Amino acid sequence: MKKSLFYSPIDYARNKYLKYITIIFLITLYLPILNLIIFSFNDSKRNILWRGFTTKYYNKVFENDVLFSAFLNSLTIATISTIISTILGLTTAITLWKFNFYLKKYYDIALLFPIIIPEICMGISMLVFFNFIHWPNFEIWPLTLSNIIIAHVSFTFPFIAIIIRSRLTILNNDTLEAGLDLGANNIQIIRLIILPFVKPAITASFLLAFTLSLDDFVITFFTSGPNSITLPVKIYSMVRFGITPEINAVSTLLILILIFCTFFLIRYLSKNNKEV
Amino acid sequence: MSYGEKIDIIDIDYTWSLKNYIRAFDGVYIVTIFKSIMISAITTIVCLLIAIPVAFYISFSSIRMKSILLVSIMLPLWTNLLIRTYSLIAIIRTKGHINSSLEYLWESTNNLLNFFNLANYEIMGESFIPLNLMHNNYSIILGLFYIYVPFMIIPIYLVLEKFDRNLLEASYDLGANHIKTFFKVIIPNISPGITSGIILVFIPCLGSFIIPDLLGGADSQMIGNIIERQFKSANDWPFGSALSFILIYITLVIISVRHVYSKLYSKLHLRGNL
Repeated sequence: MKKSLFYSPIDYARNKYLKYITIIFLITLYLPILNLIIFSFNDSKRNILWRGFTTKYYNKVFENDVLFSAFLNSLTIATISTIISTILGLTTAITLWKFNFYLKKYYDIALLFPIIIPEICMGISMLVFFNFIHWPNFEIWPLTLSNIIIAHVSFTFPFIAIIIRSRLTILNNDTLEAGLDLGANNIQIIRLIILPFVKPAITASFLLAFTLSLDDFVITFFTSGPNSITLPVKIYSMVRFGITPEINAVSTLLILILIFCTFFLIRYLSKNNKEV
Repeated sequence: MSYGEKIDIIDIDYTWSLKNYIRAFDGVYIVTIFKSIMISAITTIVCLLIAIPVAFYISFSSIRMKSILLVSIMLPLWTNLLIRTYSLIAIIRTKGHINSSLEYLWESTNNLLNFFNLANYEIMGESFIPLNLMHNNYSIILGLFYIYVPFMIIPIYLVLEKFDRNLLEASYDLGANHIKTFFKVIIPNISPGITSGIILVFIPCLGSFIIPDLLGGADSQMIGNIIERQFKSANDWPFGSALSFILIYITLVIISVRHVYSKLYSKLHLRGNL
């Protein structure tokens, strides 16, 4: 906006009504979360009034074995499923970008399907699917999470494929032809041209899928068993039993992790944009 | 599975019957489906009413301010849905912060009245009655609004960024006032953003089950709750599958309507009739 002495009617940034609405909106958006974070330090069991600063609920959280194992489960699921879905998403994106095949248009739409349909439908379809193929109930630790990992891969990899594909659309075909001209074989082309080119998209989508998987409640809720409780599922059962500062403490930790991931993502993306 | 029949506690027979679909369309269930649609529609409208001014303000502010505002709107999206619902509970429950501040206000007014020897008239009522903010349909709408409003702001903002501001100037130049400009110039131009915002808010609202579960009361069930109950406690998987398929059909209908609408829109745009 140009600065002018006259107050132009289209200069909506100076419209005070819009400003008030935005300010009130932001306050309502942040008040509950800030309240949650502040009251996690509250020294009161019922958590209604402020009774002094304490960190004992954080200690309680760290001493709680169930919570810790749930957190470990969440991290394991997020890491493994993100690695798998990044590989799957990358190959899907390259395939959709490079090759034309029968029913490709419908494949494109099918890729969007897990993103579009309501989460609950996705969750129960996973539950029904694992039941239908009689997926075994494993007893050993990482394998108990296998069905959640598969479910998470299936809902995160479309996001990754779409992000990488949108990056691939700006890759110049001449570069590939130059590579072929200089005698590179297919593997060399992928390793030396395509991978370095899509690296920022891979990183961005990796972090996105990681946070999506760490954050997901609905799909995990339907696929998790008694041996495979993740942090959001645990928080849900705690919330159903009542409101304690412990939940606030766990939530604050989870918020911090996610904000850290987001911050990392934004920093990385803006740095990359500058390079380009 | 939705065509199957439950024959035992754990066994399901695939009989290709339509019984579950017929059951979904009678009595309680059709009422619930209708109610879910109503609640989602109201939430979408409320989101729209708030999102348009906010998106406007963001898109017209300076570049630095813009990025700050955008990040602050995106940031809650990265926090867990469950945590945000929980944080809302702490504010609006019967002994939550809104009620305790109101109680504080009530007491201080009462003290003031006492000071003027007016307490006997009981102007403020006999005692403080906490507002019942939780466990009703309004709390669900508030919760859904609180969770999904960023999804409405972002598409509208993205369209507003591309919007040619000379049109606004032209409109004022030709003598239209703010309201007329808003309805005749702005709304038609940002309608793609509005439609995608509506879809992004309406569909998750329709399928949500955590928010009605935690914020809603006994009679405020949404379709998501019923589906969840069929799978977790009622143990009637075929019926739950049928319900969720109905949900998917509703979603697909909405998306195809949007597709048709956007085709129509681009046609109109090409002809220059807009």
